Amino acid sequence: MGTLAAFLILSAVTLIPAVVVVTSKNIVRSALALVPTFLGITGLYILLQAEFVAGIQVLIYAGAITVLILFVIMLTEGGTGIRIRQVNEQVAVGVLASATLAALLIWVFLRTPWPRGPGALPEHTADQIGKTLLSSMVLVFEVTSLVLLISLIGAIIIARRER
Amino acid sequence: MAVGLAHFLVVSALLFCLGLYGVLTRRNAVAILMGIELMLNAANINLVAFNKYVAPAALNGQVFTLVVITLAACEVGVGLALVMAAYRNLETVQVDRINMLKW
Repeated sequence: MGTLAAFLILSAVTLIPAVVVVTSKNIVRSALALVPTFLGITGLYILLQAEFVAGIQVLIYAGAITVLILFVIMLTEGGTGIRIRQVNEQVAVGVLASATLAALLIWVFLRTPWPRGPGALPEHTADQIGKTLLSSMVLVFEVTSLVLLISLIGAIIIARRER
Repeated sequence: MAVGLAHFLVVSALLFCLGLYGVLTRRNAVAILMGIELMLNAANINLVAFNKYVAPAALNGQVFTLVVITLAACEVGVGLALVMAAYRNLETVQVDRINMLKW
């Protein structure tokens, strides 16, 4: 019962600011509403016993990405952009497409008999994740670090002022 | 009623569709990036939930989530650099006004 209550509260904390993110006229407000969304997702991760992923979520999403987005908003729009029309002409089509997709996905999710796997998650997942990353997933780890390096170089080259 | 896999899948489906709505209707490129972030987070919730309920013996879902978070950070870095470059050259970040291929 307590788990269900926690799940419902965390879902509300996730989804209500997400609505603000996609509908607010003030772009700074929608960037700031990303923070409670990401923190609610962090709570869902903790509910799913993924505490290491939850920590990384707070550090990267709620910390870094939100601040980066706010920086770019301040550097480009010159403020909140509240005097500029923020939505295009596709609002009706967007609502229709999103609602249709949501209904379809939820219908499929609720009527599929999901299998239950054997075993249980380890008590502390962080050390197991480290061992998995450096043993069976080491190629994934290396390729990810390569992509990180390339995107770092690419971001610098793209954002550099040309002369 | 215990919390099962379907609960998390429904929440992530709703989050994904909110992100999709943002991507479809926003004019500001940064707001479109925010919608993409929401969609990536929905996928991450799915991965972690499947890891807990369907294959709890291996931690592959959580490792994959970490990879997705890393790539989302890359994506937002490059995407915002592109937004800055477009703003410097065209002085707008409204994607329906960025409509020329050369200048």
